[in-house]
Amino acid sequence: MKIYEYQAHEVFSSHGIPTPRMEVADTARKAEEIAKRFGRPVAVKAQVLVGGRGKAGGIKIAQNPGQAHEAASRILSSPLKGEPVRQVLIQEALKIKEEYYLGITLDRSRKSPVVMVSPAGGVEIEEVAKLTPQKIFKHYIHPLLGFQNYQATSLAFFLCENKERAREIAKVLTSLYRVFEELDSSLAEINPLVITADEQLYALDAKIIIDDNALYRHPELSLSRDTEIEDPRELKAKELGLSYVHLDGEIGCIVNGAGLAMATMDLVKRYGAEPANFLDIGGGASRDKVSSALDIVCSEEKVKVVLVNIFGGITRCDVVADGLMEAISRMRRDLPLVIRLSGTNEEEGRTKLCQTKAILAATMDEAARIAVREIKK
Amino acid sequence: MSILICSETRVLVQGITGREGSFHTARMREYGTRIVGGVTPGREGEKVDGIPVYNTVKKACQETSANTSVIYVPHQFAPDAILEAADAGIELIVCITEGIPTLDMIKVCSYVNLKGSKLIGPNSPGVISPGKAKVGIMPAAIHKEGSVGVVSRSGTLTYEVVHNLTMNDLGQSTCLGIGGDPIIGSSFIDILSLFEEDPETKAIVLIGEIGGKDEEEAALFVRDKMSKPVVALVAGRCAPPGKRMGHAGAIISGGEGTAQEKIRAFEEASVPVAESPGNVVGIVRGELKLEPGR
Repeated sequence: MKIYEYQAHEVFSSHGIPTPRMEVADTARKAEEIAKRFGRPVAVKAQVLVGGRGKAGGIKIAQNPGQAHEAASRILSSPLKGEPVRQVLIQEALKIKEEYYLGITLDRSRKSPVVMVSPAGGVEIEEVAKLTPQKIFKHYIHPLLGFQNYQATSLAFFLCENKERAREIAKVLTSLYRVFEELDSSLAEINPLVITADEQLYALDAKIIIDDNALYRHPELSLSRDTEIEDPRELKAKELGLSYVHLDGEIGCIVNGAGLAMATMDLVKRYGAEPANFLDIGGGASRDKVSSALDIVCSEEKVKVVLVNIFGGITRCDVVADGLMEAISRMRRDLPLVIRLSGTNEEEGRTKLCQTKAILAATMDEAARIAVREIKK
Repeated sequence: MSILICSETRVLVQGITGREGSFHTARMREYGTRIVGGVTPGREGEKVDGIPVYNTVKKACQETSANTSVIYVPHQFAPDAILEAADAGIELIVCITEGIPTLDMIKVCSYVNLKGSKLIGPNSPGVISPGKAKVGIMPAAIHKEGSVGVVSRSGTLTYEVVHNLTMNDLGQSTCLGIGGDPIIGSSFIDILSLFEEDPETKAIVLIGEIGGKDEEEAALFVRDKMSKPVVALVAGRCAPPGKRMGHAGAIISGGEGTAQEKIRAFEEASVPVAESPGNVVGIVRGELKLEPGR
């Protein structure tokens, strides 16, 4: 789960990382008031979770309160890359001398956290890694030992030779690592950490992504989860315990198991159509869960055919059939349904579905082929 | 022979008194697996299906000489359960539990490694050596004894492939899921090296998916270190970047972990890649130089 920049700044600040003076505003008038109070130029920054905010016009510099009003009203009035902007962060503008990148993430192969720094601050780290990898220095952190002093020091000295400043940067790195661990992060990033003209050090931007699996340990953060910006179908699915990802195609997919769901989508594509979604009903799905899954898939107007692919292990095909029939009976659209049931109680399931208009397929391959043929009719 | 488990394997069930634990204990036993004990703190002296329950893994090991443990405890308690098993000297730990925080897992993996135990999972359907033993939750009936090894990051997609193999008279030596999480105990490489050394295994099917670099590393390993044929299948060609596709580990992030990259890595290592689960059988037959549809 991503959290907003201002929330990440709050966390950083509470862990002793220096942040510029800032406040959040949800109206242009408040933005103006804050700028007036600061009494100096400010940056007006859209609070959104999508990446590439700066390039999309989500950050504006205002020289005076009037400009802050104007910038805030423009940013708040329209969605940024499809995401509504409901808050802006008013941050005191700084005279920047240097920009650094500091970030902590997980290296999956090495099964350890990795702390990275780069003097190429303000640029996306993936970009730096691709174009100038020599500008990145990293330390892998032993999971049982944690982040060591010598690691922080050597990372800081890679960025600058000045002893005093290196010490400050090392301190920021140590605090950042504490944030990373305490918040169960998969990413904690300061990009950029700036040195101002008067030699002060500040975290100008703040980014934290929290491991969804650890949210149960952070009830305070799940409360801040912004429900309105998520896809409403994805949200509804989540409430029902279904795993759903919206895509842009015409064939709605209902499958048990994530791997099989992905393979089913791939097969749809292979036969020349596009899947409308990823949907995993999980193991041992109940009748209600299955019927809700079909409701959700059918609620997408672009969907022209629904493809159901079940390989029953813990999941019982007869239960799946019951759920499907329930949803079919209340379906308001006449969508062709192509169903493949295999495994536990498949005969019972198939017998039930014979009474409906659903097309039954023997294999997953056949089901995908029929579904694609149906949209091309 | 087979890998990881065989008919002599002595299995302990951690979380045996729970709903999942007791249900699957019965299924594993039906399959002929030697379930020697269970662990649920505070329930020592009880029996589940005639199997003795102990408070601790250590005690259970002393009383039963268990060498393998399968974990069905809820995600909040699973890291502790894995550490307890490793500490008690369990050789093979199979963790079915899904939803364990990633930072817990990096510590747990590190400790398990230190103790010299082997961990499969978490978020794994388990391990089965057909005709010998089953330690996990997979439907037993689709499997058949034979010489194809199957290793996967998924559950049902594995069943689909195994079912196809069985229907086409291609039995399996051992089938397992290494788990759908970003941080897992055993990688594809760990399992491939076991299959390479197992005399019974003649060919291997590797089922990968988006996220991470495990498949890319496996491709190089097959090219440099393996003599046996490997057939790959990679799920998630249609997956959009930045979205988690069901499994915690199935995510393309920072442009890394796409199915296309993984398929290219296999192809560059001369590992044949199946277009779909239905194509696996034909390619395996070709690799084993069997007549088509023998």
